[in-house]
Amino acid sequence: MIARGSLTAQRLAGVFLLGWALFNYPFLYLFNRAETVAGIPMLYAYVFAVWAALIGMMAWVIERRRDKP
Amino acid sequence: MLQGWVIVVCSIAYLGVLFAIAWVGDKRADQGRSIIANPYIYALSLAVYCTTWTYYGSVGRAASTGIGFLPIYIGPTLIAALWLFVMLKIIRITKTHRITSIADFIASRYGKSQLLGGLVTVVAVVGVVPYISLQLKAVSNSFTILLHYPDIVMPAHSAAVPVLQDNTLYIALILATFTILFGTRHLDATERHEGMVAAIAFESLVKLVAFVAVGAFVTFGIYDGFGDIFERAARVPRLAALMTFENDAAHYGSWTSLTLLAMLSVTLLPRQFQIGVVENVNENHLRKAIWLFPLYLIVINLFVLPIALGGLLRFPDGGVDADTFVLTLPMAHRNELLALFVYIGGLSAGTGMIIVETIALSTMVCNDLVMPGLLRQRWWPLHRERDLSGLLLGIRRGAIVAILLLGYTYFRAAGEAYALVGIGLISFAAVAQFAPALIGGMFWKGGTRRGAVAGIVAGFAVWLYTLLLPSFAKSGWLPAAFLHSGVFGIELLEPQRLFGLSGMDETTHSLFWSLAANIGAYLWVSLARRGDVVETSQATLFVDVFRHTQAQVSTQFWRGSAQVGDLLPLIGRFLGPARARAAFERYARAHGADSLDDLHADADLVHFAESLLAGAIGAASARVMVSSVVKEEPLGMDEVMNILDEASQVRAYSRQVEQKSRELEIASRDLREANERMRELDRLKDDFVSSVTHELRTPLTSIRAFSEILLEDPRTELAERKRFLGIISAESQRLTRLVNQVLDMAKIESGKVDWQNTEIDLRVVIEQSAAATQALFRDRKVALSLELPDEVPLVCADRDRLIQVMLNLLSNAVKFVEPATGWVRVRLSGAGDMLRVDVEDNGPGIRAEDQARVFEKFRQGGDALTSKPQGTGLGLPISRQIVEHFGGRMWVESEPGRGATFSFTLPVCGPARAGAQ
Amino acid sequence: MSQKILIVDDEPNIVISLEFLMKREGFEVAVAADGEAALRMVESERPDLVLLDVMLPKRNGFEVCQQIRGNPKLSGVKIIMLTAKGRDTEVAKGMALGADGYMTKPFSTRELVDKVKATLDIARA
Repeated sequence: MIARGSLTAQRLAGVFLLGWALFNYPFLYLFNRAETVAGIPMLYAYVFAVWAALIGMMAWVIERRRDKP
Repeated sequence: MLQGWVIVVCSIAYLGVLFAIAWVGDKRADQGRSIIANPYIYALSLAVYCTTWTYYGSVGRAASTGIGFLPIYIGPTLIAALWLFVMLKIIRITKTHRITSIADFIASRYGKSQLLGGLVTVVAVVGVVPYISLQLKAVSNSFTILLHYPDIVMPAHSAAVPVLQDNTLYIALILATFTILFGTRHLDATERHEGMVAAIAFESLVKLVAFVAVGAFVTFGIYDGFGDIFERAARVPRLAALMTFENDAAHYGSWTSLTLLAMLSVTLLPRQFQIGVVENVNENHLRKAIWLFPLYLIVINLFVLPIALGGLLRFPDGGVDADTFVLTLPMAHRNELLALFVYIGGLSAGTGMIIVETIALSTMVCNDLVMPGLLRQRWWPLHRERDLSGLLLGIRRGAIVAILLLGYTYFRAAGEAYALVGIGLISFAAVAQFAPALIGGMFWKGGTRRGAVAGIVAGFAVWLYTLLLPSFAKSGWLPAAFLHSGVFGIELLEPQRLFGLSGMDETTHSLFWSLAANIGAYLWVSLARRGDVVETSQATLFVDVFRHTQAQVSTQFWRGSAQVGDLLPLIGRFLGPARARAAFERYARAHGADSLDDLHADADLVHFAESLLAGAIGAASARVMVSSVVKEEPLGMDEVMNILDEASQVRAYSRQVEQKSRELEIASRDLREANERMRELDRLKDDFVSSVTHELRTPLTSIRAFSEILLEDPRTELAERKRFLGIISAESQRLTRLVNQVLDMAKIESGKVDWQNTEIDLRVVIEQSAAATQALFRDRKVALSLELPDEVPLVCADRDRLIQVMLNLLSNAVKFVEPATGWVRVRLSGAGDMLRVDVEDNGPGIRAEDQARVFEKFRQGGDALTSKPQGTGLGLPISRQIVEHFGGRMWVESEPGRGATFSFTLPVCGPARAGAQ
Repeated sequence: MSQKILIVDDEPNIVISLEFLMKREGFEVAVAADGEAALRMVESERPDLVLLDVMLPKRNGFEVCQQIRGNPKLSGVKIIMLTAKGRDTEVAKGMALGADGYMTKPFSTRELVDKVKATLDIARA
C-alpha cells in the first residue's frame, strides 16, 4: 500500500509540511493582530481558514484518484 | 421542570440505547455482516479522541487562553496527513502479529519482552487514570448542575460529600458494568469489539450534534451570529485579549509543543490505539479517515470560542466555571430540553472515553501485567487448569472495575485541585513517553529492548517529577516547598524549572525534559549494546513489515520441534477448546491438510499458534506459554545476523534467481526433449507411411509389369504366360496380406482391437497352429516337432490372436530353414506363473545387431536375393504387440549359422483374473 | 554389338519382368540382387546402362550410384534409378548423385523401355 499509494502518501506529507509551517511562527505572527475580517478576529479566521484548507487538500489528494480502492 | 428522576431515566435510557447498538453490532459481526465495515464508522469512532475534556474543557481553556486550545486538534489534523506512513504501518504490524494493545506492540517489537510490556502498562495506567477521573468528574458535575435547574449552582467540593452519597461513585460503578458488558462479553482471539465500536461511533455523532446544537444556540440564538459575539467581546478588554496571542516566544513555543503533544497522543493514547489500530477492520478505511477525522475535529471546535465568549459575557463575575458554559448557558436561557441534550452529549463524551480506555487498559493489565506474573508463579497450578478463558475474562473484568475505582479514588483525592484541561495534558505527556520506543522501533532496526526500557523509564521519571508530582503539590498532598525548591532544596532541581529552564509553560517544560531524557536514553543504550536474537528478529519483522510476507520471515527465525497434540490443548486452555479447535481446523484447511491429524507441526504452525495465543494474552505471555510446549533450538546470534544481513538478503535473492534459472533450464531442456520426441515420432510415422508405400508398390510393380507384358504381347508362350500369371496371382496375395496386416497393426496401435479374453490351453493353440501350417512344412520338407507337457495351467488371452502369433512364428521359421535338412521345434514349458513357448529352427540365424530390429516394422530378416522372405515385415511386430498386450514378453536368441529361437511368455490365469471374467 | 543392361533389384519377380522386357528389346542383360553385387558386376560386365533399385540390401541404390559416378573408368555408364518411394526428395537426391533418369514403381513398361532407349540414344549422339 505504501508503494502503491506512494504518490498519495508523498502529497499528504507535503500537506503536513505546509500545515506545520502555516501553524507556526512566523506565519501565526503575521496574522496575530487585533483586527477583524468580516467581523471575525483575524487570527481566529486565519487558523480556521488554513485548517479547513488543509482538510480540503487532504480530501482532494485522497479522493481524487483511487487506482485501487 | 427537570427532576432528578427524569435525568436519571434519560441517562439510563441513553446507556440502554448504546448497549442495544453494541448488541446489534456484535450480532451482525457474528453473522459476518459487519455494520462497522465502512470508513465513516471508523472515522467517527476515532473521534473518541474528543472526551469531556473537549466537550466541556475546551470552552474553559478558550475562556482563559483564547485560541490556545486549538493545537490539541490541529496536531491530530497534521499527523493524519502522515498516517499513510505511520498509522498504516502500525496497523499492518498489529494485524500481522495479532497485537492487542500499545503495551503489547512495544513489548512485541523489543523481543516480546514481559518487562517492557509491564512497564508500558504501568506508565499508561498511571498516566491515564487521572484522565478517567476527569471524565467521572465531568459527568458527575454536569449531572449535579443539571439537577439544580433552573438555578445555576456550582457543585460542592466532592470531598465534602460522604462517599456513599457521592453520585460519582455510582456513575463509576454503572460505567464499569457497562464496560464489562461491552468489552468482555466473550474472549475474542482477534481482540476486537465490533459492537463497542458501533456504539462509540454513535456516541461521537451524539456529542457532535449536541455540541453544534449548543454552539448554534449561543451564536445565533442568544447572540446575532459570530460577528455579534466578537464585536461585543472586543469591547471588553479582558475578552479582547483572547482574540490574539501574546507575542512572545513562550506562547509560540507552547503552541508548537501542544501541537506536537497532540500529534503523539492521538496515536499513543491507549484508547486511540484500541480504536484506530486494534479495532480497525480494513486498512483502506484509514484513507478516508485521514480527512474525515480532521473534519470532525474542525466542526466540533467551530463554536468553542463563541461559547466561551458568550459565557464570559453572560457570567462576567466569574461565579460560573467556564468549563460548564456549554451546560449553563442553555440553562440560563431556560432551554431545558437543550440543556438535557447537552448533558446527554457530555455523557456520551465521558462514557465513550471511559469504556474504550478501560477496555484498552484492562487488556494491557491482563496481558502484560497479571498474566506474565501468574505464569511466572510456580506455586500456582496454572498448568493444571483445563480452560483458562474464564480466568482471563475474570482478570479483565476485575481490571475494569479496579481501574474505574482507581479513577474514582483519584477524583475524590484530587478534587478541585486542578482544572480539567490540566489533567488532560498530564495524560498526554505521559503517553508521549511511548513515542521514541514505538516510532523508533517501527523505523529503526537498531533500537533495543534495553534502550526502550531505559528511554521509557527515564522519560516517565522526568514526567513524574516535572508534571505529576507538582500537580500533587498544587493539590496540597506534597509540601508546597517542593514546587519552589525541588528535592533537598537544590534549586537546580526545581521541578518546573529544571536546571533553571524557565519561560515555558509547565507542559512544554515537562515535555521537553522528559522527551529529551527519553530519546537520549533510548538512543544511547540502544547504540551501546546490540540487542539479543529475539529482539533483532522482531525488529526486522516490524521495520520491514511491508517488505516481507509474514509467514516467510517469521518462521525463518524459528527452529525446533512441536506436537500438534501439545499446541492445541494449550491454545484451548486460553481460548476455550471449541474455539481453539475451530481455529486449528481453519488453519489445517488453509494448508491443505484434511484433518488435524495430518497437520504437520512445523514452524508455520507454531507461529500460528503463538499469534493466536497472543491475541488473547499478549505477545510476551504467548511466547512464554508456547515455548513451554515447544522444543526450540535457539538460533545463534550469527545465524540471525546472517538472516538480517543485507548482504545475505542479496545472497538469498541471487540464490533464488539461480534456483529459478536452473528450474527454467531444466524446463526448457524438458521441452526440447519433448519436442525431439515429437519429431522422432513424426519421423517414425513418416517412415512408416513411406515403408507402407514402398511395400505396397513393390508387388504392384510386378503385377503391372506382367499385366502389361501379357497385354501387349498376346503371342507369349503358354508356359511363360502361366508363369507370369502365377507371379501376378502370388503378388496379389502378397498385396492382400500386406493390406490386412497394415490394418491390423494400425488397429492394435490405436487400441481399437476388440480383444477376447478367455481361458486358453496353450497346448491346443500350438497344436492347431501346427495343423494349419502342416502343408507348408510338407511342401518344403521341413520337420516340425512339438514338445508339450501333459498338463499346463491356462492363460487368459485371445485365442485367435495367439494362433496368429504361433502361425507367424512357424511360417517365419519354415521360410528361413533349408528345405530337406531343416527342422523346427516347438517347446511349451512353465516357469512360475508364466508359460513359455520356444520356436527353434536350424536356419541361418540372425546377427546380434539385427536381433532387436526384427521386431521393428518392415525390418525383415535375410539379406540375399535367395533368402528374400515373402513376408510383409509386420508379422513379428504384430506378434510382439499381441504378447505384450496379454502381459507377456517376446524375444529372439540366435547365433548366426546355428539357427534362431523365438520365444514368448504369457502369464498364467490368476484367480483374480479368472474371477474378473 | 548389342548394348548391355545391368538390372539391380532384390525383388525376384521384378527382376524377372525387367529381364523379360530388356531382352525383348534386344539388350543383353545381367542381374544383381544387392548393392555390393551390383558394384562388382558394373566393374566386370561394363554395362551401358544400369537399372538401379534404391532399396537394396547391403548397399542402397544411392551409394551404388555414387560409387559408379566416383569411378572415372565407369564414366560412360548410364544409370536409371527405380524406386517404390516416390517422394520428391528421393528423386532430387538420385539426380544430384548423377543418375540419368528416374522411374517410380510401379512403372509403365512402355515408358520404361522408352526411357532406357532414349538414355542410350542420347549417349550415342
